[in-house]
Amino acid sequence: MNALNAATVGLVDPVSALSTLTPAPPSLDAESREWLQSLRGNDTTGQEAIARLHALLLRAARFEVARRRPTLPHLRGDELEDIATEAADDALMSVLRRLDDFRGASRFTTWAYKFALLEAAVKLRKRAWQGREVPLEPEGWGMFSSAGLEPDAEAEQTELLETLQSAIGQVLTPHQRRVLVALAVNGVPIDVLAERLSTNRGALYKTLHDARRKLRKHLQERGLALDTWLEEKR
Amino acid sequence: MMERPDVKQALGRLLGPAGPEVGCDECFDQLDRYVELELAGKDANAAIPGLRAHLAGCPACREEHESLRALVGGEQLL
Repeated sequence: MNALNAATVGLVDPVSALSTLTPAPPSLDAESREWLQSLRGNDTTGQEAIARLHALLLRAARFEVARRRPTLPHLRGDELEDIATEAADDALMSVLRRLDDFRGASRFTTWAYKFALLEAAVKLRKRAWQGREVPLEPEGWGMFSSAGLEPDAEAEQTELLETLQSAIGQVLTPHQRRVLVALAVNGVPIDVLAERLSTNRGALYKTLHDARRKLRKHLQERGLALDTWLEEKR
Repeated sequence: MMERPDVKQALGRLLGPAGPEVGCDECFDQLDRYVELELAGKDANAAIPGLRAHLAGCPACREEHESLRALVGGEQLL
């Protein structure tokens, strides 16, 4: 099963119209066309193509495992290999199920890789949090401290942070507050939280997005200059 | 200008990106094309509006973007 659970909200905020701007996909490159034709074959060619695809996905899954290995020192090499294999197996099912969705917007291998990377990343995030409590309440606001501010800046920061903490308590729904605190304050991975709350990444991100919009609106209505405090990347 | 890294990072996580952004499903759907545009030196952000903002706001999608870019980019160097 695709770890994102594709049945959820696809877009958030006023971006819906943006998807209509996406140009028609270009025609397939020769290598991608060969992949599709082979994978759709009912004969030995099809079986060989599936085996090749699995090897490709396993390579991507191992790549992801290797990138994350420093964060998982307690896992043995054979456990990591099991995770990579399981991720490749699940990614293979997703790719074959969604083969008709591939329209050549990228090379086929790039499109397929993302399924293996996703499956491996989700499994590793869940493994890292296995058996750990998922904190849904603030574990402290200590991260909101900046040393060495000038008095004016410190007063401005204090006002902003007090207003923000108050807004989190008063403006958000209980569900929005739990999701925001877990994801944005306590650093719980979104896939881990999704599993604990029996939902999926897309739905949780929509909740997070709505909570963020409410907080921004609340702060702006009170004349608090967010640009001063945020690194807005455009 | 005075640096305020802790507050900026914490507020960034709480308040997310300012502009419109795609959701996680749309991000996943477009990620392969986005990465190839980036690696080709093209303006991926203009081609797929809202995806870069989502990567700024969603750590999980950001990690997967970094992995796909590193994997495909590494292959191109071979």
